[in-house]
Amino acid sequence: MADLAFDPKAVEQLSPPLVTGQPSLHDVTEAVSIHTELETHRNWYIALAISGSITLLLGSMLAYLVATGVGVWGNNNPVGWGWDITNFVFWIGIGHAGTLISAILFLFRQKWRTSINRFAEAMTLFAVACAGIYPLVHVGRPWRAYWLFPIPNADLAMWQNFRSPLLWDVFAVSTYATVSAMFWYVGLIPDLAIIRDRATTKLRHTIYGIASLGWRGSATHWKNYEKAYMILAGLSTPLVLSVHTIVSFDFAVSIIPGWHTTIFPPYFVAGAIFSGFAMVITLMVIARWVFKVEHLVTMTHLENMNKVILATGTIVGYAYATEFFIAWYSGNEYERFTFINRAMGPYAWAYWSMVSCNVISPQFFWFKKLRTNIPFMFVLSIFVNIGMWFERFVIIATSLHRDYLPASWGYFRPTIVDILTFFGTFGLFITLFVFFTRFLPIIAVSEVKGMMIQTEHEKHYLPATTAGSPESVRAH
Amino acid sequence: MGLKFSKKSDRILRTVLVMAGLGVIGGASTLYYATLPTTLEPGYQPQQPVPYSHKLHAGNMGMDCTYCHTSVLKAAYASIPPTQTCMNCHSKVKEKSLVLEPVRASWASGESVPWVKVHRLPDYVFFNHSAHTNAGVSCVSCHGRIDQMVEVKQVQTLAMSWCLECHRNPAPNLRPTQFVTKLDWKPEGDPVALGREIIAKKGINPPVNCSGCHR
Repeated sequence: MADLAFDPKAVEQLSPPLVTGQPSLHDVTEAVSIHTELETHRNWYIALAISGSITLLLGSMLAYLVATGVGVWGNNNPVGWGWDITNFVFWIGIGHAGTLISAILFLFRQKWRTSINRFAEAMTLFAVACAGIYPLVHVGRPWRAYWLFPIPNADLAMWQNFRSPLLWDVFAVSTYATVSAMFWYVGLIPDLAIIRDRATTKLRHTIYGIASLGWRGSATHWKNYEKAYMILAGLSTPLVLSVHTIVSFDFAVSIIPGWHTTIFPPYFVAGAIFSGFAMVITLMVIARWVFKVEHLVTMTHLENMNKVILATGTIVGYAYATEFFIAWYSGNEYERFTFINRAMGPYAWAYWSMVSCNVISPQFFWFKKLRTNIPFMFVLSIFVNIGMWFERFVIIATSLHRDYLPASWGYFRPTIVDILTFFGTFGLFITLFVFFTRFLPIIAVSEVKGMMIQTEHEKHYLPATTAGSPESVRAH
Repeated sequence: MGLKFSKKSDRILRTVLVMAGLGVIGGASTLYYATLPTTLEPGYQPQQPVPYSHKLHAGNMGMDCTYCHTSVLKAAYASIPPTQTCMNCHSKVKEKSLVLEPVRASWASGESVPWVKVHRLPDYVFFNHSAHTNAGVSCVSCHGRIDQMVEVKQVQTLAMSWCLECHRNPAPNLRPTQFVTKLDWKPEGDPVALGREIIAKKGINPPVNCSGCHR
């Protein structure tokens, strides 16, 4: 038998510690809870003032749009889908990292997910909230948006068009939002109880007490909790694949050159995970520094996520190449025209921005030095999200702006309302994060502790020579 | 400290959650049914600048609808009559009447009388009066017994479900075109049989697809 498993150094190299500095369980609780308990920092108010103002800008843009009509956007013939659908797909895609981390990595027993899943799931919810705004106002009369749901309509006297992928989208996204919210909340319950038990004021105790739904940490509670968590992980797993598949059907089921391709579902899912992980990196790099949890969200976590970015980014690059190959190989002249026009037509600037950000930039992560360099990964993750935004814009604008009739060719230009609305959704996204980081534990305390205990126990199964020193069991 | 969370409080929480859930569903349904066109629309009766009585003119004196609403058989809009139409008679009849003062003022100034529109369709619906009147749909089907109203009141919901009801089954609302403006007209035999006959004769096939009305 190879000695590999018995050499503690080799073990550590194969699976580097997920928590550094050997904190005790109490230290972890302290590190994660303290930011919800200290007096509100001046910087928090500054952050809220900035992001809140941008959110108000979003609100005023939406109010202007609802009061005036969708014409305040740049959408017009022939480009009937503009920044609204681009931004919808962009934000929905961002959310996918959270679901992947919380569900798929959980089912695959990837221990490193425990330090980042709470944060990534929150990101999913906030991104879905931003995404949901666009189709809601895109319908033109948002107060009639409930017509999208198959509920008895006494004023409409007809059913929705079940053959339309736009309707499937309603189901996919609302299911996604519901399951993600439940998953996130169930995971929060034991941690809310920790904050309740640490509360020093009546108000805190009451609010967190109600929010933790009577959690007392009994064995039955844990048993039910684990079961519920597993079921929700099982429910979320297909959603990682299905939501963006159905979003891609919005395009693929239509018969527009450049959209009508079978590669869309896997290509969209890979792109979604790619952009989602990039967003987690962008936010996590800031958060672990601000909240001083570098020992819980370690370089191992960041590096693992960068590997996912490298893998999915390469898949996306491969998909771009396949699209071009099929456009040529199919012999369909409209398809060929669309792709040549995409790379060399009026939107070439957008296409090549997309390729540089999405295909070239993640390749730097082949180098360990670069994928463990925090400033580098921060900048690169932002490039990835710029690239993924451009991907959606390129798909929508280039396919629509060249109609079958050259007489109806056009060029999409966003209006100031388009731009400020998109800017505003970032305000909403950040505002929700600002509240999240103030009032909730940003790391799943109980899961990290469970993972620490489990790792500790696993050491006892190693021969005595390599078993942990007496200190290492002190945490029990 | 604060509320005591014992096992008992679990039951309270469950009860509150169920009640809150029911409250949300109940509130949403109430709002939904309270704002339906069937609840809100019929009965709309704005006050007009001149107390013009349809009952007097169309009912008692038997003037035809098309005397004032001249384009109802020819165009999308039935048209609101200009002041000139009023003055055809009222330059000779009741020319001193106080209630007609706004009409005479309009006649003198050339500004229209600011009549208030009663039947309003959403701007994304393209409704054509002539298509309906020429098919044999009477004014009464949508506007009710205008000839018995002193001030015009909306009687139908104008909801899409209401439009579709007739588009899916037009027979009960069809009559020979010459009786379209006779609001009290009743067929001698079975109205549905007559409707079917008209449908067969004219090849009436009302659209029920989206672009029939929403272009």
